[in-house]
Amino acid sequence: MSTTANQKAGIGSVLWDYLTTVDHKKIAILYLIGGMFFFLVGGLQAMLIRIQLVVPENEFLSAQFYNEVLTMHGTTMIFLAAMPLLFALMNAVLPLQIGARDVAFPFVNALGFWLFFFGGIFLNISWFTGGAPDAGWTAYAPLSVFSEGHGVDYYAIGLQISGFGTLMAGINFLVTVINMRAPGMTYMRMPLFTWTSFIASVLILFAFPALTVGLFLLTFDRLFGANFFNPDMGGNAIIWEHLFWIFGHPEVYILILPAFGVFSEVIPAFAKKRLFGYSSMVFATILIAFLGFMVWAHHMFTVGLGPIANSIFAVATMAIAVPTGIKIFNWLFTLWGGQIRMTSPMVFALGFIPTFTVGGMTGVMLASAAADFQYHDSYFVVAHFHYVIVGGVVLGIFAGLIYWWPKMFGTFLNEKLNHWFFWLFFIGFHLTFFLQHFLGLMGMPRRYWTFLEGQNLDLFNLISTIGAFFMAIGTLVFLFNVVKTQLKGEKVSGDPWDARTLEWSIPSPPPFYNFKQEPLVRGLDPLWIEKMQGNGKIQPAEPLGDIHMPNRSLTPFMISLGLFIAGFGIMYQGGMWVLAGIGFATTFGSMLYRSLKDDIGYHVHKEELEEEGDGSNG
Amino acid sequence: MAEDVLKSGNLPENPERATLEGRNKFMGFWFFLGGETVLFASLFGTYLALRNSNAEGPASEDIFGLGLVFIMTVLLLTSSLTSVYAMYHMKNNDFKKMQLWLGITVVLGLAFLGMEIYEFYHYVHGYEFGYTTSAFSSAFYTLVGFHGGHVAFGLLWIVSLMIRNAKRGLNLYNTPKFYIASLYWHFIDVVWVFIFTVVYLLGKVG
Repeated sequence: MSTTANQKAGIGSVLWDYLTTVDHKKIAILYLIGGMFFFLVGGLQAMLIRIQLVVPENEFLSAQFYNEVLTMHGTTMIFLAAMPLLFALMNAVLPLQIGARDVAFPFVNALGFWLFFFGGIFLNISWFTGGAPDAGWTAYAPLSVFSEGHGVDYYAIGLQISGFGTLMAGINFLVTVINMRAPGMTYMRMPLFTWTSFIASVLILFAFPALTVGLFLLTFDRLFGANFFNPDMGGNAIIWEHLFWIFGHPEVYILILPAFGVFSEVIPAFAKKRLFGYSSMVFATILIAFLGFMVWAHHMFTVGLGPIANSIFAVATMAIAVPTGIKIFNWLFTLWGGQIRMTSPMVFALGFIPTFTVGGMTGVMLASAAADFQYHDSYFVVAHFHYVIVGGVVLGIFAGLIYWWPKMFGTFLNEKLNHWFFWLFFIGFHLTFFLQHFLGLMGMPRRYWTFLEGQNLDLFNLISTIGAFFMAIGTLVFLFNVVKTQLKGEKVSGDPWDARTLEWSIPSPPPFYNFKQEPLVRGLDPLWIEKMQGNGKIQPAEPLGDIHMPNRSLTPFMISLGLFIAGFGIMYQGGMWVLAGIGFATTFGSMLYRSLKDDIGYHVHKEELEEEGDGSNG
Repeated sequence: MAEDVLKSGNLPENPERATLEGRNKFMGFWFFLGGETVLFASLFGTYLALRNSNAEGPASEDIFGLGLVFIMTVLLLTSSLTSVYAMYHMKNNDFKKMQLWLGITVVLGLAFLGMEIYEFYHYVHGYEFGYTTSAFSSAFYTLVGFHGGHVAFGLLWIVSLMIRNAKRGLNLYNTPKFYIASLYWHFIDVVWVFIFTVVYLLGKVG
């Protein structure tokens, strides 16, 4: 099990290693590869959308195919790109930031990844079996119930499988943060990224089950003749909207909070100051999460819930601007008077602040229920959510990836190319989406596959498409950068950014047991404290001893594979029921095996550890 | 050493929480039950919205009989109590008595499940109240069926733990497993109390 053995491994054993790994750092890499793959797929779909809309009455895509591409763009980007990329960062960094040797449930962690992976693959197989889902990423009933073919079935079952994975991951991070912190790492000394990931996990825990139920009801309606959303039989289509948004609104905070956390790490590191208003940042995070659960109906202002319901939800929505504003000002005050280094993660952070603020302001505009009747389902909404999701989440993900890349892979991304990536992407982003606000105000509805000539929509759509190409080129620059620097593989030290938190106190990439000795945390920004007041090294909290590690396992892969197979059986029924039998037998058999087989892990012995240096970043 | 957790013999006062793995499981499972609560809350919400939408099919007053459901409630509540006895004996490191009370729990759970199957059978064949009859029927079978599925899963879980550990007794590795299985069982019981109230009582008089 030593690390040197892995380096000489052939392709087969590398594959086996990753199929069976329960190491959070390797699972982070799996999430990164999976999320990046789907990010490219979703980006390709975005390009198809923009090419279709480059001129009026374009025939580049058929209307049906456009619906499918549009649906899959949204679904892919939210569930299969943004979430896993955030999980990649959380897995890579969160245990290191709290001084843990692993997550609380390494096995469940792997299970979470494989469920996401098979759910995503399941969803995308629809392209090759007669058409992808075409009812929009929100899959509103009754449209989604009466959508022909199996597209929406793929949506419901694929997201169901990947949603289980997300729930598992959320529980895992919750327990990790509560139970696995190193001595001295009190709650109010936790780095902000850990805090926001922790709160996002709370949101996952309480939001995803609503989606689970919604997807079950949709599946039952479509495949087993249930009548939840069928008005002829007494059903009510609005139930879907409620369940979807009870999940869906917290979901946007699940995405943005960890991104806020990334910026709260990057800005202090490159302003060389501790985060301004740390405790108010924590408080604002909790408040956003709390309010995030009671605003879902602002997506449904035009449904007809009545003026009182609309007013309550409008006011609650506007209230969220307060804690978010607190965060914006805290970042600005952290920058104020700092010794700013314009590294690429910092440039992403500086680009994020104004962009996200614009998205936040259009959010307050949309929250005004009366005005929303004008904005609803127009390109104004499209512009708004791209400003917060791309301008917030995506910039956050890339800032985090570039910032923690040396920790994950032991090598730097090329800074010059990073800056090129940022400027291409950032300018392209504003070109694409800024004008869409006005397209929306001029009356262009979202989701339509084409628009008419002579309505003053031509020019802005053309510029928007040009911007999309800038974003695509920027992304390609990033990919080129990854390939180039990985091939070169220049080694970096443990603390290449001269940063502040615990993850930078160990080598890059860290050994599989992370910390040779549990670290002793003496305050917020523990590494910085040691740099200023100590010898620059984190003091150990325990003598060198044996380290307990979990065993690798193929079971998470098998559990997920079983559900993947069973999905086809449930969908196609008839003779395919046998697949459901095989699939569920695989899943439950694997779970039974996991439950009954003793798995107590193993120990890395003190003597082996002594041969490997002192475990610090030097 | 890792192997120590498999030794039976003297156990500390709360063996299910004596190891870090045990504490993690204990806490992680509580969080899981929090998620399950939202799952059932969503199903209850859906049921409440659709409980009078019986289209042309039977309404709740027509089909529910409180007698059978009352017996089911008593069975399940009692099984929760017997699982508490089992955990009491687990903490006293009395493996045989724990197995006995878990066995009684399983028998009560099976009886409950059998009666529920009979109940559904009765509705389908006596009243032509099938899954696709109306929005109300879909919501009813989905909510109560999800609960029934949880009962079945819990029974399989407890039985497999009992069989797996039958020959080796209690240790620090398996006590957390028994403990969270019993937590799950209590949760199922609590959900049933709500089903009894919201579905059956409200359906009969509301």
